[in-house]
Amino acid sequence: MKILRCPMNGPRNIQEFQYLGPVRHAPDPEAASDAEWAAYIFHAENRPGVITEWWRHTASNYVFLAERNIVTNTVVRTFDAWEMEQMR
Amino acid sequence: MPLSLLKYGLRRTYPVTGDIAATPDLKPHYDVGIIGGGGHGLACAHYLSSRHGIGSVAVLEKGYLAGGNTARNTTTIRSNYITPQSIAFYKEGVELYGEMAQELDFNVMFSQRGQLTLAHNDSTMRSFHLRAETGKFAGIRAEVVDAGDVRRLCPGLNMDEGGSLEIVGGLWHADGGTARHDAVAWGYAAQAARRGVEIHQRTEVLAIETAGGKATAVVTNRGRIACGQVLIACGGMNYDMGLKAGIEIPIRCYPLQAMVTQPVKPWLHTLVSSVSLHTYLVQSSRGEVVIGGGSDPYQLYATRSTLDMKEQLAAGAVHLFPFIGNLKILRQWAGITDMTPDYSPIMGASPLSNLWLDCGWGTWGFKATPVAGKRLAECIATGRVPDIIKPFALDRFASFSLVNEMGATAASH
Ligand SMILES: Cc1cc2nc3c(=O)[nH]c(=O)nc-3n(C[C@H](O)[C@H](O)[C@H](O)COP(=O)(O)OP(=O)(O)OC[C@H]3O[C@@H](n4cnc5c(N)ncnc54)[C@H](O)[C@@H]3O)c2cc1C
Repeated sequence: MKILRCPMNGPRNIQEFQYLGPVRHAPDPEAASDAEWAAYIFHAENRPGVITEWWRHTASNYVFLAERNIVTNTVVRTFDAWEMEQMR
Repeated sequence: MPLSLLKYGLRRTYPVTGDIAATPDLKPHYDVGIIGGGGHGLACAHYLSSRHGIGSVAVLEKGYLAGGNTARNTTTIRSNYITPQSIAFYKEGVELYGEMAQELDFNVMFSQRGQLTLAHNDSTMRSFHLRAETGKFAGIRAEVVDAGDVRRLCPGLNMDEGGSLEIVGGLWHADGGTARHDAVAWGYAAQAARRGVEIHQRTEVLAIETAGGKATAVVTNRGRIACGQVLIACGGMNYDMGLKAGIEIPIRCYPLQAMVTQPVKPWLHTLVSSVSLHTYLVQSSRGEVVIGGGSDPYQLYATRSTLDMKEQLAAGAVHLFPFIGNLKILRQWAGITDMTPDYSPIMGASPLSNLWLDCGWGTWGFKATPVAGKRLAECIATGRVPDIIKPFALDRFASFSLVNEMGATAASH
């Protein structure tokens, strides 16, 4: 069983979580070209290494972020979305 | 092929024939460098050397021959897709499987036993009607059958009458079948090698050098080689290889898991698949029940298996054929699948004028091994992309002209 640490509920079985995919940064809707829109929609982070991604704890409907190495499947850390806001 | 098999059978001695030479030293230059020695790369090498007279070809394989997804796939071969573009393409693939043993003088054990996809509700039946009609129009054998036909085609199937997964009908695809995956790869390799193609095993591509809009050389752990043209056919590592050439291909990697049971006497003639159960089964010619295919729920470059996924596959298989509950699992494994946004491959031209893509084969590329090899060899030899693979170009994403096959691959093959 793989355990994921939810920032709100603590360590839980990974089956309690839903994967929502890598973080994508939306382009400015006023300024984006067709090519930028296409890239935003169809390209997702897939570099071997650590990526930042969205997860949801299904039972509590709490959405948060994780940094996970997609080669070794080790979770570096999980954190609340407000941290992301602060990083901007 | 049948005659040579007969001659072989009547021989007194059976000398060992080394089909593929030991890995030679790398030369400084090749006309074509093929990155990835899976079925696709080897098929391309075969067609380059047999149809286009190009023999200066190096197939670069980081591990052993066809040890990637070619070795891990569950060998479903079919053409009953949704869009006319896909049906035309996969139809050619199935036809090439029909001729493959003759073409390669190698028994690839192609067995066209038909594939049955089960419907457990009316909405699935409606989508099957659309697929059957589109398929018939494109010239393949696909028809909607009712529950009685399903019972006749597939005796022993649990129809779950009155249950939540009652089988109400199916999509019968008489052209569907299976082939021996290793034989396909070895057959292409042996033919290509006979015509001078060099197969370099344990040769990992570390970098692709580019200049002036072209790929100029490929750097490997055994040395650097200049290449006139380059093909990327790296299976699960296609995204990463694209990055090495400075190209970001819209691919996300997920493991796909499968397993086989101990062998039992022949009982299941057709290939059976259930979209609702995310399970499909085929009995191999050895008698083993091959059970596929569960995709992991999150992105990962790993070929490890998980108990959750195997339990899910087992539950689906046992639901369809309850006696499978008495069988033991013999082997289980996973492969890294390179999934595209529209569940269609990415083939043909790239932003670099002499670098070609054979990528995005995800959970569905074994059936396309011959046709992809043939058509990409045509690209490389003529510099032109044949019409049949044009819809699958990398630039379809920028123009929002996707080839959506998600519905036809939902059972993951
Ligand atoms: C469990 C499972 C079940 C499947 N079932 C089906 C099915 O039923 N029907 C179907 O049609 N398809 C199926 N598929 C998909 C199918 O297996 C693949 O799409 C197909 O085999 C791809 O062939 P390929 O030659 O392109 O890739 P591969 O066979 O993966 O070959 C690519 C090769 O590239 C090599 N490589 C990678 N990186 C490098 C590097 N840096 N340098 C040199 N070499 C490198 C790898 O070692 C590998 O051997 C399944 C896949 C899986 C995992």
